[in-house]
Amino acid sequence: MEEIAKTDNMLSPYRVLDLTDEKGFLCGKILGDTGADVIKIEKPGGDHSRSIGPFYHDEIDPQKSLYWFAFNTSKRGITLDIETAEGQKIFKELLKTADFVIESFAPGYLDKLGLGYSALTKVNPKIILVSITPFGQTGPYKNFKGPDIVVWAMGVEMYQWGDADRPPLRINYPFHCYHHAASEGAVGAMVALYHREMTGEGQHVDVSIQECIAEGLESYGPYWDTMKTIQCYRLFGHRRVHVTWLWHCKDGYVMWLYWGGPFGTRVSAPLVEWMKSEGMADDFLIAFDWTKLDFETVSQEVMNRVEEPTNKFFMSHTKAELLEGALKRRIMLYPVYDSSDILKSEQLAVRNFWVELDHPELGTTITYPGPFAKATRTPPVVSRRAPLIGEHNREIYEKELGILPKKLKTLEKAKII
Amino acid sequence: MNDNMKMPLKGLKVVDFAWYLAGAMTTKTLSDYGADVIRIESTSHPDALREQLPSKDGIIGINRGGRFNWLNTGKLSLTVNITRPEGIEVVKKLVAKADIVVENFASGVMKKLGLDYEELRKIKPDIIMLSTCMQGQTGPHAQHPGFGMQLSALAGLVNASGWPDRAPIYIGAPTDYIVPRYGTMAILAALAYRRRTGRGQYIEISQYEVSIHFMTASILDYTANHRIAGREGNRLSYAAPHGAYRCLGKDRWCAIAVFTDEEWQSFGKVLKNPAWFKDPKFATLQARKENEDELDKLVEEWTLNYSPEEIMTLLQKEGVAAGVLENAEDMLDHDPHLRYRGFFWEVDHPEIGKYRTARPPFLLSNCNYEIRRAPLIGEHNEYVLREIIGMPDEEITHLVLADILQ
Repeated sequence: MEEIAKTDNMLSPYRVLDLTDEKGFLCGKILGDTGADVIKIEKPGGDHSRSIGPFYHDEIDPQKSLYWFAFNTSKRGITLDIETAEGQKIFKELLKTADFVIESFAPGYLDKLGLGYSALTKVNPKIILVSITPFGQTGPYKNFKGPDIVVWAMGVEMYQWGDADRPPLRINYPFHCYHHAASEGAVGAMVALYHREMTGEGQHVDVSIQECIAEGLESYGPYWDTMKTIQCYRLFGHRRVHVTWLWHCKDGYVMWLYWGGPFGTRVSAPLVEWMKSEGMADDFLIAFDWTKLDFETVSQEVMNRVEEPTNKFFMSHTKAELLEGALKRRIMLYPVYDSSDILKSEQLAVRNFWVELDHPELGTTITYPGPFAKATRTPPVVSRRAPLIGEHNREIYEKELGILPKKLKTLEKAKII
Repeated sequence: MNDNMKMPLKGLKVVDFAWYLAGAMTTKTLSDYGADVIRIESTSHPDALREQLPSKDGIIGINRGGRFNWLNTGKLSLTVNITRPEGIEVVKKLVAKADIVVENFASGVMKKLGLDYEELRKIKPDIIMLSTCMQGQTGPHAQHPGFGMQLSALAGLVNASGWPDRAPIYIGAPTDYIVPRYGTMAILAALAYRRRTGRGQYIEISQYEVSIHFMTASILDYTANHRIAGREGNRLSYAAPHGAYRCLGKDRWCAIAVFTDEEWQSFGKVLKNPAWFKDPKFATLQARKENEDELDKLVEEWTLNYSPEEIMTLLQKEGVAAGVLENAEDMLDHDPHLRYRGFFWEVDHPEIGKYRTARPPFLLSNCNYEIRRAPLIGEHNEYVLREIIGMPDEEITHLVLADILQ
């Protein structure tokens, strides 16, 4: 698919002022990858989120946070203290040419500064303000602290997962919750934009991280609402007997689930065939009638007889061998990948997924995940590495706002910029 | 909400071949905010979520599926046999009236049906079409069958989840909740481009690739540092305590997270400063990290005396992050915050009666949304053919008699 310049992408005419911390980074990145001019605004000296690891070569330095790098690509960056009167004046100048402001402060913070939604509309009546907060802008919990683990807890997911003999677990890699809400923020921004293009009217988009995670209720919700049962995989599995889903193999783990019922033969038999071809399926497994397998009634003894030879088979192969065989036989057997496996994936290589971004300040390039979509006319582009602290101050303050260099120096000294 | 407020996506027409969770979630937001989303179904090959558990009263039936009814609010259902040429013609007539086509079949299926982008743009030159599938339309693994749970293993989410001393844990299909957000966003961004230029386009999203986006920091840790992050249970390097603690009651838990010294002092105040709290073993974050197993035990000795709701309220009042591990009952029936924000809606369904579902997870200050029940299978055949396509009655009768509309 042809390469398209950022000036002619889906969102090229639009400007975004990005005030978010780690809760909302991904929102601006998605808008930036889609062509919007996203300006990340940090406190002078750098955003506190720059202290989140891991760090490039483990050097703890706000300019080397890989977490910051990861979710601030396709943005330019300036520093500005919006808590000062002078800073607010400059922010309002920027606001005049902006289409979106995205933020993840505690509810009420921007109002207190005189930069809440209604104040913003006085400067730019068409502005779309996207707020991404743990519990949204309203309601009894709106001021609750909501770090990742707490929102997991209050969003139905954490109750589900883990081992029966230990506390429930979150999905570990931080901060999964925030990315769900930040990407949903990009959806909200687009619905608001559609409305604005039709009517000329902007608005305030209120994204609740809890509600984004609570979308898992599409399954557990109706179980409770229409059947009065509580699902809890951690305690019961989805079954009455122990059924293995994650299996050891020679060099790691694979995910495999035997199926019963109408699709049982189609899903389960090809694996047994494969085992048989290597002399690793016993008579019991070869003769097993998959259509009759029902996890509600099957005994643990029968499941054990199914699983024992399967376990031996997986232990005799590597992840790569099992994937290769699964592809050849169209079996729903998948390796459990870590980052190194993902980087080696043939599928991603053939689709040209990876991009190299230049980090001249580090004298190197780093491999990043490529655009989130392909498109025939205006494909998203990861257009630049994350900004350094205040990297585009001069470009934006001097060239765009016409602030004189001498004045800029004064603002710098006063720690407004 | 003010009744006079507009449904922002009113008038937008979406032809929706997408099924299962990821497909239905992609178009739910569009439907709830006012778009006409027309599900293309068939009675011989209905959405799998229609006929599996959870299902009203545990009875399986084509209109009873709980997940289908939760996710397909306000959508229209057209049953049409797309294995027959006349069925394909019906679909094409509908596409001629549409803005968007969404599908999430395995790669190659739409082409086989003669409904790929190149065909559809002949009928509607400015159509925007979104294809999403597991690993993309192209590449050597494009045909590997699977679901979100397998993709979560492939994209690194499973490997990152679990205890450091054990195998990774099963975490369901979180990638299924990732891809719809990118899909919906891309459709609406493409509409902005179409308004400016009059041009549509074809968009292709791989669930595998967008899920890796959520893992980018871990990917960079490998590409820059050659490190593969290990599993860390519920822990976080710069907080302690940080975990889920057992509370009073059966399988009741509360998450607690203490980051700063100030929060630690507040935590102690809530616990009424027990003797161990002053132990130098816990005086600094570094000390707490070094003695975290012991700390977790002491915290749990305290939490066991209270319900998780009490723990949450006591701690949050003093500025310490804490939250109940809510299950479906807690959320649907007892969470006062979600109730205040009107997150759940009850709708009336002709076959299963009243049931509940959720609105989209964001609110708009100047626009409204509407939560309407999910469609019965084929419920809107006549409406779609007559009102949207503008088909004459005799043609509709012919299609019915020729068994095309099933």
